[in-house]
Amino acid sequence: MNNYIIEIAYLFATAMFIFSLHWMNDPKTSRRGVVAGAIAMFVAIVATWSAPGVTQHWWIILPIIPAAVLGYWLAQVPLTAVPQRTALSHAFGGLAAGLVGTAKYFYWRYCVADPAMELTTFRMCAIVAEIILGYLTFTGSLVAAGKLQEFKWLPQRPWVYRGQIYVNLGAFALAVLLGFLIVLVPDGSWSSAAFVLIIILSLNFGWMLVMPIGGADMPTVISMLNAYAGLSAVAMGFVLNNKLLITAGALDGSSGLILSIIMCKAMNRSFLNVLFGAFGQVQTSAAGEKKTAKSETPEGAAQILEQASLVVIVPGYGMAVAQAQHRVRELFDQLTRRGIDVRFAIHPVAGRMPGHMNVLLAEAEIPYDRLIEMDDINHDLPQADVVLVIGANDVVNPAARSDKNSPIYGMPIIDADKAHMCFCIKRSMNPGFAGIENELYYADRTFMLFGDAKQVVGELGKQLAGNSGIH
Amino acid sequence: MVDILVLVGVFLVTFLVGVVLILKVPPRLHTPLMSMTNAVSGITVLGGLLLFSGEVETSWCIQALGAIAIAAGAFNMLGGFAVTDRMLKLFKTRD
Repeated sequence: MNNYIIEIAYLFATAMFIFSLHWMNDPKTSRRGVVAGAIAMFVAIVATWSAPGVTQHWWIILPIIPAAVLGYWLAQVPLTAVPQRTALSHAFGGLAAGLVGTAKYFYWRYCVADPAMELTTFRMCAIVAEIILGYLTFTGSLVAAGKLQEFKWLPQRPWVYRGQIYVNLGAFALAVLLGFLIVLVPDGSWSSAAFVLIIILSLNFGWMLVMPIGGADMPTVISMLNAYAGLSAVAMGFVLNNKLLITAGALDGSSGLILSIIMCKAMNRSFLNVLFGAFGQVQTSAAGEKKTAKSETPEGAAQILEQASLVVIVPGYGMAVAQAQHRVRELFDQLTRRGIDVRFAIHPVAGRMPGHMNVLLAEAEIPYDRLIEMDDINHDLPQADVVLVIGANDVVNPAARSDKNSPIYGMPIIDADKAHMCFCIKRSMNPGFAGIENELYYADRTFMLFGDAKQVVGELGKQLAGNSGIH
Repeated sequence: MVDILVLVGVFLVTFLVGVVLILKVPPRLHTPLMSMTNAVSGITVLGGLLLFSGEVETSWCIQALGAIAIAAGAFNMLGGFAVTDRMLKLFKTRD
């Protein structure tokens, strides 16, 4: 296939990628978006593969087959595990970029007649950007995936020590400095060693960047790594003078960037704060006076739910951990059958990845028009008869509105405390991930339902099903 | 020099198009959006493919790096599309 046809194929693929993102803006057309994306990818691969000069077909076919099987198999994980699957996938995207950059550098260095001709300043800048971004995305995403999978040997709490930010920034600065030097002297006697050192530093910077971050900050981190993976593909496009790599990478990079900005806003953090990984510190809450929370039994709660006309359910990561979404669906059915208006209040950072709650509730076949975003549901909450908080904590903490000393002050929250009555399902009174006391649990109108989310919600549903027999 | 400016221009324009499109995606689709764009970043397999397109004889080291890159990119891409489609199948309105 000649180069002219390849360029047209690339243009077509770019257009399809753009359409696929456009179709992602509505659940009705979103599956069409996936088909468009897959077609674009197929066209891109066929066009590149059939370029003149590609002759070593077995070197291409042999790795694709096991990777495709493994990729497809891992795509069948339960939906609660989607965040770690996505992080793992980011890791491999970054690895691919890093390896291609490495191979290309050593190819131009040792396999061509005139290395100085090939290793231009522009190409070297792009290669350095590609390998730094690629390798830091690789180890960073692996750590993120490991934390999300909750491996025992990885600390779930942020791993912090004094001066950490300087060590991290130092490693990064050293990698950039070495990169600058080999851009100036790409074929010096020490250049290859410097190149390898940049790889080692980037690999280390990646995991060190993600280690101090955990739990509730994961949606931001995953979005950020998504952006890095895209930008490393862009850098690869500059290295290889390939426009499709640039366009596809740019779309990925913009998506990751926008999502991380949205996540930052939803937690009232600055973007720079996230970029330098200086967040996620354990907050020590001041020991205040001993307050007591009131608890309620599922029987009592079910009776109150039955009398309500508007019930708002606030799901959080606790629902995902307990895999309680199907029980929530049963409860939803029992309540709607009685003519009760049931809405779900979705906080942007609930869960471990952007939009995590929506996917879990969609899996449980709850109609997506019942899932209401934070700003809209906050208007309805003063009219709500009952709010049911399932495994959410910081996103309903009124301290974010009122307590200037609270670490989460200024974070937009769901105003669960404004409803007539509030039930909170929680395992125990331990403070949440951020270690912040939640005033909501001690409010006059709040009652705790202690226990595992799946069990308690199941019990509520059963009570309601039993009661309906009497009516 | 002109070539470089064209490449940078292509990047900036697509990035802006991406920003405009992503801002229109509702939060309820953010998880599928992310696995979708994650699949798109599997475009890095092209880099692996292009490693095998040189006229000059390459060493087995470079071939091995290319093969691993292709495997990693293909895993990223196929897994991303598969899981995105699986999630989107679940989004339903009230019948």
